[in-house]
Amino acid sequence: MTQNPVLSINDLSIEFPVYKGAVKALNGVSLHVNEGEIVGVVGESGSGKSVTSMMAMKLLPEGSYRVTQGDISILGTDIIHASEKTMRTLRGGDVAMIFQEPMTALNPTRKIGIQMTDVIRLHRRLDNDAARQLAISLLKDMHIADPESTLQRYPFELSGGMRQRVLIALAFSCNPRLIIADEPTTALDVTVQKQVLMLLKAKARELKTAILFITHDMAVVSQFCDRVYVMYAGSLVEAGSTRQVLHAPRHPYTRGLMAALPELATPGSQLQAIPGNVPDLSRLPAGCAFASRCPSRSDKCNQKPVLTSIHEATTHQVACWHPALQEELAV
Amino acid sequence: MAFLRMIKKRLLGLLLVVLGVSFITFAISHLIPGDPARLIAGDKASEEIVQNIREQLGLNQPLYIQYGTYLKGLATGDLGTSIRTTRPVLEDLKAFFPATLELSLVALLFASALGIPLGVISAVYKDKPIDQVVRTLAVTGISTPAFWLGLGVIVVFYGKLGLLPGGGRIDEGLTPPAAMTGFYLIDTLLQGDKAAFVSALKHILLPAFTLGFVHLGVVARQIRSAMLEQLQEDYIRTAKANGTSKWGVILHHALPNALIPSVTVIGLALGDLLYGAVLTETVFAWPGMGAYVVNSIQALDFPAVMGFAVVVSFAYVIVNLIVDMLYMLIDPRISEVS
Ligand SMILES: Nc1ncnc2c1ncn2[C@@H]1O[C@H](COP(=O)(O)OP(=O)(O)OP(=O)(O)O)[C@@H](O)[C@H]1O
Ligand SMILES: [Mg+2]
Repeated sequence: MTQNPVLSINDLSIEFPVYKGAVKALNGVSLHVNEGEIVGVVGESGSGKSVTSMMAMKLLPEGSYRVTQGDISILGTDIIHASEKTMRTLRGGDVAMIFQEPMTALNPTRKIGIQMTDVIRLHRRLDNDAARQLAISLLKDMHIADPESTLQRYPFELSGGMRQRVLIALAFSCNPRLIIADEPTTALDVTVQKQVLMLLKAKARELKTAILFITHDMAVVSQFCDRVYVMYAGSLVEAGSTRQVLHAPRHPYTRGLMAALPELATPGSQLQAIPGNVPDLSRLPAGCAFASRCPSRSDKCNQKPVLTSIHEATTHQVACWHPALQEELAV
Repeated sequence: MAFLRMIKKRLLGLLLVVLGVSFITFAISHLIPGDPARLIAGDKASEEIVQNIREQLGLNQPLYIQYGTYLKGLATGDLGTSIRTTRPVLEDLKAFFPATLELSLVALLFASALGIPLGVISAVYKDKPIDQVVRTLAVTGISTPAFWLGLGVIVVFYGKLGLLPGGGRIDEGLTPPAAMTGFYLIDTLLQGDKAAFVSALKHILLPAFTLGFVHLGVVARQIRSAMLEQLQEDYIRTAKANGTSKWGVILHHALPNALIPSVTVIGLALGDLLYGAVLTETVFAWPGMGAYVVNSIQALDFPAVMGFAVVVSFAYVIVNLIVDMLYMLIDPRISEVS
């Protein structure tokens, strides 16, 4: 394949120094997002999804973390060694971010219009009027009925879904090549969530914007993503096309996540959650981090498995000594 | 609309406060032992003369009638006649209040102009040496007695360095400006009298610093904690993710939101300053209400003391009203909701 990655993360390990030790939040993560591609990162709470997305834009508080190995490259820029000035032109310019909480992600005391034109003018040589016109057309694209009056409003005057549309419009305002969306719809109710995701996807396809889409929701991944990475305790355990991973999951953890989906459980049967808890990231085992919860563990699991293709001619990768066989699949 | 309703409510509140304050001060000043008539007449005067004076002042009447008379006067803006100066109390206060208000406002300006930036820096560099310095300064300010600080700066800047005057509002040789606002700093400017302005400015520096120093600490601490809170908010992360510079985030996003809760603290500080000025004025021989009140208390001059209490509480409520109006102006959420 000759695609260019807009984002590529190579063997990245991040830890947070804490009293007497370190929280190893990311452990050798490698992932990439190609031009125009929508790539999901899915995993339970605390698996390191947000750390990955914040680190990609170098937004973790300075001094709070250590990069112990690996690198990140966005559009050819070495992020880990990039200056603050370089990062500032990337942020909101070529790379936009959308966060989980639309209720609090906008400045409560500034009008929507000012918040949008501020960002637009930070990255584009436009006068105030042109920036306003652009903001109006962006809001229109997000199917906001009366964009002019929306610009005059304060965030508290808009519903959660409306605010998230504003934030998505804002994310597209400078024609980004990549959008990093960290659980952008988790706080919204299901119908609104679906609408907002459709708008986001349509616009991204139209502009060939790549998206790194962080979520804990497999159902959302199946509707939204081209490819998906499954993350567990700061490591990737499975990767592949959405079809491969969701319809033929190989890693016991992925299979557990799939089984926990309500729409996949047979009526009357219990929701099958994965027993056990995410391990303490400051005391990770040397081997597979999932072993303690794994139904098919063996002595071999005391060694850490690496992400490898399940056979030569596929992009489907799994990090497991005992991957499930395709024939066993229920779905 | 909400605005007008709020003002109406506050004016009603103002009435109640003035009533309450007048009642309390009236009760206290008439219940403490001591007889102003005897004080005026002198030790050697006969009981007959003292009784005459009592009748003149209405002190022989039952208390509730005296209070009723007082309230009636209050309703028409008549605060009674000072026993000590024999002038209407309102006239006396008019002469002294602007001096106190000017001093308090300049002190507040000083406290805010320094306290806000210090609070911001302290929050941005939390736990760094500069933060420690600011916090120490704040605690020092809050816990330094004003008379002690006042004497200290007089000794240094007037006594040792001879840079600034040690008391008064303006140089003795200069004629005070004609009272337009009663604020020397403004009146001298209005008259175009530069020398008088400079002199007035020099005179106000030390007392304003002394009076404002306490509140410098209060303001810095308030801004620091409000800033720390705002800097944790999600919209700050959004602003950063959009490429806003570090100080852009701090000054354009966090600070305006941090100022909102701080308006109350700064506004109430003005009320405190008006009362607190009494002590500072005494140290600096500042011809404000402070000296007037102290003298009035010593002379058991009830009308004057009561007039002072009523006027200051009046000012206090007005300041509160202004604070609430400011709130509505700077916080869109309040003007919409209430
Ligand atoms: N500043 C920090 N100091 C210490 N530990 C941290 C810090 N930031 C994150 N962590 C830890 O890193 C781990 C990964 O956190 P992260 O926020 O990436 O999880 P997540 O996958 O986004 O979860 P969620 O679905 O709840 O958002 C967690 O165990 C978290 O406690
Ligand atoms: Mg997260």
